[in-house]
Amino acid sequence: MKQKDMQLFRLYPLGDSAITVQFGDSIDEATHTKVRAFSTYLDRHPFTGFREQVPAFNTVTVYYDPWQASERGFYNPYTRVTDQLQHMLKVARENGKGTKPRVVEIPVCYNGSFGPDLEYVARHTKLTPQEVIASHVRGKYQVYMIGFAPGFPYLGGMAKKLATPRKQNPRPRIPAGSVGIAGGQTGIYPIETPGGWQLIGRTPLRLFDPDREQPSLLQAGDQVKFVAISEKEYWQRKEKSHGA
Amino acid sequence: MGLEIIKPGLLTTLQDKGRYGHQKEGIITSGAMDTFASRVANMLAGNPEHEAVLEITLIGPTIRFTEDQLIALTGADLSAELNGEKLRLWRPYFVKSGSILSFGAPQSGCRAYMAVSGGFDIPQVMGSYATYLQAGIGGYQGRALQASDFIPCNSPTATGIALFSQATGTTDGHDYLAATWTPDPQFYPNYKPNPTLRAIKGPEFELFSDTSQEQIWVERFQVSSQSDRMGYRLQGVSLYLNEATELISTAVTFGTVQVPPEGKPIVLMADHQTTGGYPRILQVISVDLPILAQVAPGQTIAFEEVSLEEAQQLYIRQEQNLTQLAHAIHLKHSK
Repeated sequence: MKQKDMQLFRLYPLGDSAITVQFGDSIDEATHTKVRAFSTYLDRHPFTGFREQVPAFNTVTVYYDPWQASERGFYNPYTRVTDQLQHMLKVARENGKGTKPRVVEIPVCYNGSFGPDLEYVARHTKLTPQEVIASHVRGKYQVYMIGFAPGFPYLGGMAKKLATPRKQNPRPRIPAGSVGIAGGQTGIYPIETPGGWQLIGRTPLRLFDPDREQPSLLQAGDQVKFVAISEKEYWQRKEKSHGA
Repeated sequence: MGLEIIKPGLLTTLQDKGRYGHQKEGIITSGAMDTFASRVANMLAGNPEHEAVLEITLIGPTIRFTEDQLIALTGADLSAELNGEKLRLWRPYFVKSGSILSFGAPQSGCRAYMAVSGGFDIPQVMGSYATYLQAGIGGYQGRALQASDFIPCNSPTATGIALFSQATGTTDGHDYLAATWTPDPQFYPNYKPNPTLRAIKGPEFELFSDTSQEQIWVERFQVSSQSDRMGYRLQGVSLYLNEATELISTAVTFGTVQVPPEGKPIVLMADHQTTGGYPRILQVISVDLPILAQVAPGQTIAFEEVSLEEAQQLYIRQEQNLTQLAHAIHLKHSK
């Protein structure tokens, strides 16, 4: 392998049954493009003993069964998997060039009771509520990782001027679909949980549905676009996405 | 046929080997805490490895069998009794319809596993039977068992029935019949209270202070009462980084020992979140996770360093032992 290629990633063991591949040291779209290319490639080309892979901001962690991966004790499992990953990293980079991320539109109703903290965010950011909505809708958001809860997207790309600290007292229950702001991040709650995010709207879509073939609506690597909808549209879409 | 739950016990859930393939969607693996004991329970009941088993925690349930059943109980000794008579672990049992399985004071270990031959008749969710408590999916209605639940079971497997064919005829005045054989305990993990667990250095080991790097291998830590299927919180010395560092969140796994800023380590267990951002000082090796799963709150643990290569050799040896065990059981029923 060329010296130049070697500098693009680093491999390290996460215990005896996982290996993490790290691309870069920062959270940015260029790094995540490599994460996405490798993660997609791995799922399409599973090796012997492969269990699953988890993409994050700048890493892809590969879980494997050392017994299977070693061909039942014939090879050294770590060396065996590392060799295969090194090879795949090279191929995946070539294959990943020029592929565009999927863009997912998320309809959001920013009205009244769906965005109880919209006024607060507006006051904090010295904008009008309409300006907050306009700025939130204008953004293009990168899904860096799904974690914390089933289907919960870690989104990058919110306008810096919208940054608002979390609530002092978290709410005991936040309805599924709530769209919120916490510090410089925006996110969507897939299931009802307690939480301290400032809630500015709600989507009628189900971000997590265990009966769907792909239970999480969003996948790491997707791009998200928020679209403002009326309360009437919210209820119509909700009926549709929840199968009435 | 099935099980009638008379008393649910402290935390009784259906688990299997875990739900793989969806961690990238934020869906945790769940699954049995002690995968060794749960796998052997299935083997002894003549089941394939993927069947669900009951995971019974410290205070066991009271269960009535509505029909004749072949069962096996492994893992912790929680004073199991069948119709008031002591039930022995790690062997197949034939249980008559109407029999009552109950538990008493925990003697050793924390989690017992019960397999029924043929498995439980419950739906798989995302390819697994495991109960995911926080999301309310999998297992029996996505939750821990409650009084008056009825858990349907499949008919015993041919292997399960064959395992008892040498022992048919008389139940000797009892309502059950225990197999006269049990696997060689030398195959078992080294279950004991207050164990020392083998671990390899975690990805951020070198970021910790020299003192912390030394202490993690010499000090003992107490498993706090705030420990559950998600993680064990450890009390003892506090561990610190050389300098405060903000890490970018990445994947974590079963057995990861992470250290939040206040310095008290947490060992991630079967219901761990998929990703985390705390520095990872150690990773407990896979073959010692069943030992850790049997540690109850209040006990102490320590860590001992092994190399990655050793950890993987031990993993391979354990799989060879389990293969041998499966083979031995196969010989029993093909006699």
